Amino acid sequence: MTAVGADQRQQLAYVATQAADARLNVEIETEGMTLNIGPQHPATHGTLRLVARLDGEQVVEAEPIMGYMHRGYEKLAEVRTYPQVTTLINRIDWLGSFANEVPFILAAEKLMEVEAPPRAQWIRTVLFELSRIANITLFLGDMAVQLGALTPVFMAFRDREFVLNQIEAATGGRFHPNFDRIGGLKDDLPKGWIDDTKQVMEKMRDFCDEFEELVLGNEIFEARTRGIGIVPADVGLSYGLSGANIRASGVDWDLRRDGHEALAYDQVDWKVWTHPDGDSFARYWVRLQETREATHIVDQLLDGLPSGPIMAKVPRIIKVPAGEAYAATENPLGEMGYYVVSKGDLVPFRVKIRSASFSNISITPWLLKGVYVPDIITILASLYFILGDIDR
Amino acid sequence: MTQLSLTDTDTSAEAEPQPDERREAWAARLADSLGDGYAEHHIIGGSDLWVRVARDSWTDAATAARDLLGCQFFDWLSAIDWLPSPFGRDMDAQEDNPEPKAADPMEQGHAGGETRFQMVMRLYSITEHMGLTIKADLPDGDLSIDTLIGVYPGADWHEREAWEMFGIHFNNHPDLRNIYLPGEFEGNPLRKDFPLLARRVKPWPGIVDVELFPGEEDS
Repeated sequence: MTAVGADQRQQLAYVATQAADARLNVEIETEGMTLNIGPQHPATHGTLRLVARLDGEQVVEAEPIMGYMHRGYEKLAEVRTYPQVTTLINRIDWLGSFANEVPFILAAEKLMEVEAPPRAQWIRTVLFELSRIANITLFLGDMAVQLGALTPVFMAFRDREFVLNQIEAATGGRFHPNFDRIGGLKDDLPKGWIDDTKQVMEKMRDFCDEFEELVLGNEIFEARTRGIGIVPADVGLSYGLSGANIRASGVDWDLRRDGHEALAYDQVDWKVWTHPDGDSFARYWVRLQETREATHIVDQLLDGLPSGPIMAKVPRIIKVPAGEAYAATENPLGEMGYYVVSKGDLVPFRVKIRSASFSNISITPWLLKGVYVPDIITILASLYFILGDIDR
Repeated sequence: MTQLSLTDTDTSAEAEPQPDERREAWAARLADSLGDGYAEHHIIGGSDLWVRVARDSWTDAATAARDLLGCQFFDWLSAIDWLPSPFGRDMDAQEDNPEPKAADPMEQGHAGGETRFQMVMRLYSITEHMGLTIKADLPDGDLSIDTLIGVYPGADWHEREAWEMFGIHFNNHPDLRNIYLPGEFEGNPLRKDFPLLARRVKPWPGIVDVELFPGEEDS
């Protein structure tokens, strides 16, 4: 055994640090890898397939592949009469079905120059907001579960049920109400519904408060969402991002306030929430505030519900005069619109469905460039899409 | 919160003339900027604006709408096939490609048009809270038009959809392939002469002629 002298030891230590530095400085070269997520994958909630080319942990290129659930509603609508089309479009955004029906009916009403009576407009708006609450509630739980927190999703499912019960009590359908008619609504509200709904709104406000602490106040959640997937406002707009996604980028635009459709939003006092950051955290935050705001809208609408008929005078056999109309509303996922071309027949000549998720998700190839693999999930979850709304 | 009574609602439709002037102004500015490429426009009071441009001015129109009118928001893009459906209402066609019925003339919608296929895009200004629909005719022999990706990157997927559904080619589109349909799919489903195949297999009883009540008149 040879003793190591002091200067020798120093020399060895120097060599060791040099080697360690060299290891750190060397670019670790990896072969490119293609990661296929989906079509059936828990993180894609629906059959959205994502093909990502990776360099190590970083995404070089990501491409969503859809069409696994394409049902051809635009073609099918051409052979359905106007009242039958609502059955189809219920199934576009299946978590907030009633909200799908409204813009189509509004477009048809524009062509027919019919306006629903005030009571129908108010009840429409109430049910519209209930759909929004039911839809966004699930998002609030779902995004948390994708980031690894299981509890919120159970709470979301539990509390969403109260809202669905109210929708069912009024319309007869939990998921597919098919309740909106050209010129008004199918039925009036059942007895006692208004008080029950107000109680549910109270519960939903508690739910929002709870989530604000449980999820938004969670350190891990913040660490995984802050600064992840930042969408600048101008890029978002050029990709057609709408709804909470673009409001989370600081764009103060909400079709409920800024649109000119015949709904009762201008009769109540409410606020459009925006967030300047444009990251995943902001998108969650905006949606949470919107859910709470929606409960206030519902409360006010129910307080001021006008009396009167719920159907305007429309012929029993609906023939829509020739023309073209576009109507769009602020759906839970963003702007949903229908471009209806009529030739004066029982069936529409052409229906173009502008669904929010299709445009919202079209930004992903741009947004996912250069992010790390776990952030793919965060970004997809925070952009929030419903497959039926992409594939139509 | 304002309470609404039945008498309040009828006033809502009154403040309409002003937006019309704004739409007229939009149309005039587009016409100025496009010159010969501008065909015509159609305005529905307080509701909507349609503009038809020449095919060569398609991207110029989008650029002008974005830069001059402030339409930053790309809403959607699609096409319309104006051919009257050769299958009629029931779609239970027995033959593959029947000739269009001579009795049904082809009629284009707002802002006119001359050809069977028309491109449609919708743009929106989030500051003015006003949208416009721009159309362009595509000659039958040459179904192609310039891509809008350079102006609005969001047009990418919409153009892929229009390509597979209508068979319209987008010049300079980097990645024109199927978005919804499987790769080996033949035909363009949203064309009017493409039969709804499900109806061939099983006629659907959904379209029923409602019988009139005694004394009721057909509207």
